[in-house]
Amino acid sequence: MTATDTLTAPATVARGGGAAPQLKVRKLEAWYGESHALHGVDLDVYPGETVTLLGRNGVGKTTTLRAIMGIIRKRKGEVEFEQKSIMRVPLHRIAHAGLGFVPEERGIFASLTVEENLTLPPVVAKGGMSIEKIYEIFPNLFERRGSPGTKLSGGEQQMLAIARILRTGVRLILLDEPTEGLAPVIVERIGEVLKVLKTHGVSVLLVEQNFRFASRIADHFYVMDHGQVIDSFTVSELPARTEALNTALGV
Amino acid sequence: MTTIFGVALPVLTGQLLIGLINGSFYALLSLGLAVIFGLLRIVNFAHGAFYMLGAFAAWMLLNFAGIGYWGALFLAPLIVAVVGMVIERTMLRALYGLDHLYGLLFTFGLALLLEGGFRHYFGTSGQPFAAPEALRGATNIGFMMLPNYRGWVVVASLVVCLGTWAIIEKTKIGAYLRAATENSTLVQAFGVNVPLLLTLTYGFGCALAGVAGVLAAPLFQVSPLMGSNLIIIVFAVVVIGGMGSILGAIVTGYMLGIVEGLCKVFYPEAANIVVFVIMAIVLLLRPAGLFGKDS
Ligand SMILES: Nc1ncnc2c1ncn2[C@@H]1O[C@H](COP(=O)(O)OP(=O)(O)O)[C@@H](O)[C@H]1O
Ligand SMILES: [Mg+2]
Repeated sequence: MTATDTLTAPATVARGGGAAPQLKVRKLEAWYGESHALHGVDLDVYPGETVTLLGRNGVGKTTTLRAIMGIIRKRKGEVEFEQKSIMRVPLHRIAHAGLGFVPEERGIFASLTVEENLTLPPVVAKGGMSIEKIYEIFPNLFERRGSPGTKLSGGEQQMLAIARILRTGVRLILLDEPTEGLAPVIVERIGEVLKVLKTHGVSVLLVEQNFRFASRIADHFYVMDHGQVIDSFTVSELPARTEALNTALGV
Repeated sequence: MTTIFGVALPVLTGQLLIGLINGSFYALLSLGLAVIFGLLRIVNFAHGAFYMLGAFAAWMLLNFAGIGYWGALFLAPLIVAVVGMVIERTMLRALYGLDHLYGLLFTFGLALLLEGGFRHYFGTSGQPFAAPEALRGATNIGFMMLPNYRGWVVVASLVVCLGTWAIIEKTKIGAYLRAATENSTLVQAFGVNVPLLLTLTYGFGCALAGVAGVLAAPLFQVSPLMGSNLIIIVFAVVVIGGMGSILGAIVTGYMLGIVEGLCKVFYPEAANIVVFVIMAIVLLLRPAGLFGKDS
């Protein structure tokens, strides 16, 4: 690092090591019918980063992920993935661009077995995990592979929801509150899985209420309120902000 | 002569066979309706018209192109599927996301249009269609003489129904269909071309009606109104089985055909309404249908 670098704002310069953002979101607005839910969201995810979106319930975190993915079509602004705008790409082509989605409600299909759930998303690029590797990481899923997806426990369903995206070879995963309502041991396991993703160079945009959990894996944080990003800082700045965040997030 | 409950055995088996034949058509048609409703949430009132179209396609293939029954058995459903897919792409698609009533009204209008068109060109009197050479005559199966073509219809419809069930339950494309039936947005977000899946599913459901039409052609005459006579009962079958249940549609189809046949033997006066009586009872006791999931 040169002397001039240290004089500028550290957060913005250090991120991505000079690479362009893999995901670039600018002035993103979104609507549910007439109701205006996002009022201009700006954020970046650099290659290989785990970025966490913090914010109280109802501020628009899920909506942000859904609008980036294109699940919400009533939207405005700019979403670029790997330097290409994906605003006009039809929903079923987004995954093929390299973007994966794990919804907050997990989206495990009751009429599919665990294995059918696991192999449902098409493989969109090389570099995804093999089924064997996934069963090695998640032995529970292997044991239950023949049962209906929704017969799994909440923790196992969350594992399945993440595991099925690992197969596809996407390069960035939008992950919505994976630890919500789960026991500490399961949260621990999910943390390990996210670390594995990181070593594979997969980027993650993570929505997470539990910022102590997030602080162990995230490189960068955004804080949302009222459908906007109101704060942005790196993991090294987290300790200094803990107090303020506790208040802002109402923890 | 052997009798059961005072009824001669040949009479009983004869009516059972007729019931089984009718049940074969109920099963094929309600299966198509269930597949379409499951994924598209469209109550396909044009289903009877597609059945009629299948029979007419077979008749036209024979009379205009010299293609016989066996060729028609594959080509006619394909033609019906293509017609269905074109309609889905160009018109039905616009109604997704609206109230079910719009899809119902549109397909009802479509049925009137198709049936009216055929009535204009062919009149209401039926066109004869001969059974294929290989299936004429009858076979003695011990307790009765079984007309070969009727036996074939029962076997063919069973094979098609079970084949469809196997495709939906055991294959990848079936997994896409089941998943999209639960949450089509998520399946699309995973990278599956759901709009195409909807088109293919509608085409497939219509093709099932087309198969039924070809099977029916030699049994009943090929006439523009053959579908509208049948479809009312088929809708009752679907209500009894439970909208959207694949296995439910198949089982209920055969079951009600047989119940109708038995009713003709033991209480003929009620034979024409027994299905509707059962429908009313099921609606009162189990509104989701025998195989439907309770909401
Ligand atoms: N399907 C929906 N229809 C209408 N409004 C919605 C819907 N989903 C969320 N909202 C509203 O949009 C806002 C943002 O919600 P959401 O993105 O789910 O928040 P978060 O994920 O941060 O808890 C909330 O006010 C919520 O009530
Ligand atoms: Mg949320």
